[in-house]
Amino acid sequence: MKINNIGYLMKEGLRHIFTHGFMSFAAVCVTVACLLIVGSFAILAYNLDIMVEDLNKTSEILVYVDSSLSDAEAKSIGTKINMLDNVLQATFVSREEALQKFVADHQNDSAFSGVQAQDLRHRFVVTLEDNSRMEETDGQLKQIPGVANTSAAYELAEGFSTVQDVLHIVSYAVIAVLLVVSLLIISNTVKLAMYDRRDEIAIMKMVGATNGFIRLPFVVEGFTLGMLGATLAFGLEWVMYDALVARIAEADSLKLFNFVPFQELLIPMVVTFAAAGMFVGIVGSWSSIRRFMDV
Amino acid sequence: MIEFTNVEKTYEQGNKALNGISMTIEDGEFCFLVGPSGSGKSTIIRLITGELKPTAGSVHVNGYSLERIRKREIPYLRRTVGVVFQDFRLISNMTVYENVAFAMRVIGAREKEIRDRVPYVLELVGLENKKNRLPGEMSGGEQQRLAIARALVNNPSTIIADEPTGNLDPARSFEIMALLEEINNLGTTVLVVTHARDLVERFGKRVIAINDGLVVSDGMEGYYSHEDQ
Repeated sequence: MKINNIGYLMKEGLRHIFTHGFMSFAAVCVTVACLLIVGSFAILAYNLDIMVEDLNKTSEILVYVDSSLSDAEAKSIGTKINMLDNVLQATFVSREEALQKFVADHQNDSAFSGVQAQDLRHRFVVTLEDNSRMEETDGQLKQIPGVANTSAAYELAEGFSTVQDVLHIVSYAVIAVLLVVSLLIISNTVKLAMYDRRDEIAIMKMVGATNGFIRLPFVVEGFTLGMLGATLAFGLEWVMYDALVARIAEADSLKLFNFVPFQELLIPMVVTFAAAGMFVGIVGSWSSIRRFMDV
Repeated sequence: MIEFTNVEKTYEQGNKALNGISMTIEDGEFCFLVGPSGSGKSTIIRLITGELKPTAGSVHVNGYSLERIRKREIPYLRRTVGVVFQDFRLISNMTVYENVAFAMRVIGAREKEIRDRVPYVLELVGLENKKNRLPGEMSGGEQQRLAIARALVNNPSTIIADEPTGNLDPARSFEIMALLEEINNLGTTVLVVTHARDLVERFGKRVIAINDGLVVSDGMEGYYSHEDQ
């Protein structure tokens, strides 16, 4: 293909969009609708994942220090705890602070009214990077000299991990299915556009146009329509998401749901929408035109 | 040159369209291809344009061997053969000029070549004053002239006209045939597939008659006068 033809082919691809305005409009609308559905589900899945992750982070191990150790010796154990690879943070809680919390938690219970600070132990509240390794880390904590005992809720942590795993699998499966369905719908819309121009393609073949020369304007058209659809879908997604987050923030009963601001998702969303638009546009037009090429 | 040697063509469904046809059309000839419906005329055209491959025998068209041609060579074969159809096959939303220029553009011609060549071809077919019209605004005869202009514009060595007068009245049919004769006089090989007996007799050219996938007569003598006896 000659270089001087590239400009013509690009121009021709863009001209097609306007000369077959209705089909172009239909292709863009279908792309916008499909990408909006896929994008909305992906954002929802991402937010749910973060919420479960945040809940999971509240799982912690309490590490009780041997009561024979002095205050300074007890605090020094924190260094050893922090050296463990799965430990995110170890916060020292003195027996006095523990008593304050105990009293606050049991202020109406006369049975605990005589509890003294000396009855309690210094302790560390340990949060982990990966709660699925809680049991393993708990074992390592117990090996540290000066640690008297630990308390960890494995079942709760495992429950969160399971919920997160299930959420991941369901999200990937639904997104994959939605993407395939979108691709089929978009490809069919592009096919209809191609069908609309089958005579033009037949004439091109008849006068001796090469397959590359016939395809390129359609691919340029598919790419442009795909990107246009992706841009519109991205804009709509942003506006709708911001509106939804604002409404949730206003509603007191929904304060539990802490949605990520769209700006935080900007780069991955731009990349994903652009890639999806480009992919469906190019693959849709390329695969659709194949059936009209065997003339 | 178009050369068929013992050509057979059987379609996938088992229909045998050609039963061993042999014929040669020399460069610069004007020739009619006649025969009843289903005799194999369309198959011959599709073989010449590389749309089909022969089941047996050999087909040579303007230096290309059709039984050995590679897929990517077919566009280049088609540039040597201009085809005109009964139903014109014009692009309705393009003007006369654009329809002809389109045929040049899609094979990668430069704009300057297009600007030089299209007016010349439109003048040759008598449409120089209608270059801004849409096909729908023209008569059947004019549309067929436009189809001929499009077939001619890439300077093919052969023009194949498949029932070019099938949709036209007798006067317009004669004009189209006269135009094809004029094009032939300029050196282009012309093969006209037709049922128009009166035109075939009037122009007195070589007539290849086929029936049941075989050549049943070939010569300057009237095929129809032989049939009448």
